[in-house]
Amino acid sequence: MSTENGPAFDALEVGEVVAERAVELTRDSLVRYAGASGDFNPIHYNEVVAESVGLPGVIAHGMLTMGTAASVVEEWAGPGNVVDLQTRFTRPIPVPAIGEAAVSFTAKVGALDAESRTARIDITVEHDGQKVLGKAQAVVSCA
Amino acid sequence: MPVNIDAVGRAYGPHEPYEVTRVKIREFADAVDARSFAHRSEEAARAEGYPDVVAPTTFAVIIAQQAEFHVVVDPEVGVDFSRVVHADERFTHHRPIIAGDLISATVHIDAIKQRGGISMVTTRTELSDEDGAPVSTVTSTLAVREEA
Repeated sequence: MSTENGPAFDALEVGEVVAERAVELTRDSLVRYAGASGDFNPIHYNEVVAESVGLPGVIAHGMLTMGTAASVVEEWAGPGNVVDLQTRFTRPIPVPAIGEAAVSFTAKVGALDAESRTARIDITVEHDGQKVLGKAQAVVSCA
Repeated sequence: MPVNIDAVGRAYGPHEPYEVTRVKIREFADAVDARSFAHRSEEAARAEGYPDVVAPTTFAVIIAQQAEFHVVVDPEVGVDFSRVVHADERFTHHRPIIAGDLISATVHIDAIKQRGGISMVTTRTELSDEDGAPVSTVTSTLAVREEA
């Protein structure tokens, strides 16, 4: 790992917010992610298919939400320094045909491991006042 | 047809290796709002200590989902893809993915748990490079709703 470009471990404090971002997801975001990732499940672009399987409408790819959460952490951590990332997908984000779905990301230091010089970053992702990811945690390799 | 719990332990692959390109890394970085120039410029990546453009954290999902597809389409496993919801995902990176990498993937069915008409299918995809060295481990759980 290229940890020299990572955040300074000794300056971190548990509970500190290290990164925040507000994102507006649109259908364009979903189509772009489908093409980039190769995930062409029609529930992410086709209303009729989404509703036929019991969804409230077209929803964002869980991996788009997770990928964006990773980007928020990685912008702070330095490229290549997120060595582990996990989440549960607890609530879908419906994305309207016209307009956008507002999603907020907050990344906070959850724990510090002095031996490995890594920080556990806990990420809160909210849409419409509710959390959409469960146990979203990144491990960052620090300098 | 319910998911077949006897499929636990099955493995698929490796198939043809995935070639990581700068263009794909940039496209994926744009899609997930990954803002570092190290995802876009070789020079910026070198300044960060990498030999070439570095992939965003979740780029490995492209390769892992291609591998997981072999599980989903295996009739002996019995996953109905129209009834699938993504339940959880984890990436453990042994090293970052870099443009020029040739990545091989082997997917293992690690667990199938059934309760309340839902099968939770957990797969683990091991990614390795041309030398056979480990690159990433991607764990994914799909929740499959059984027909009533």
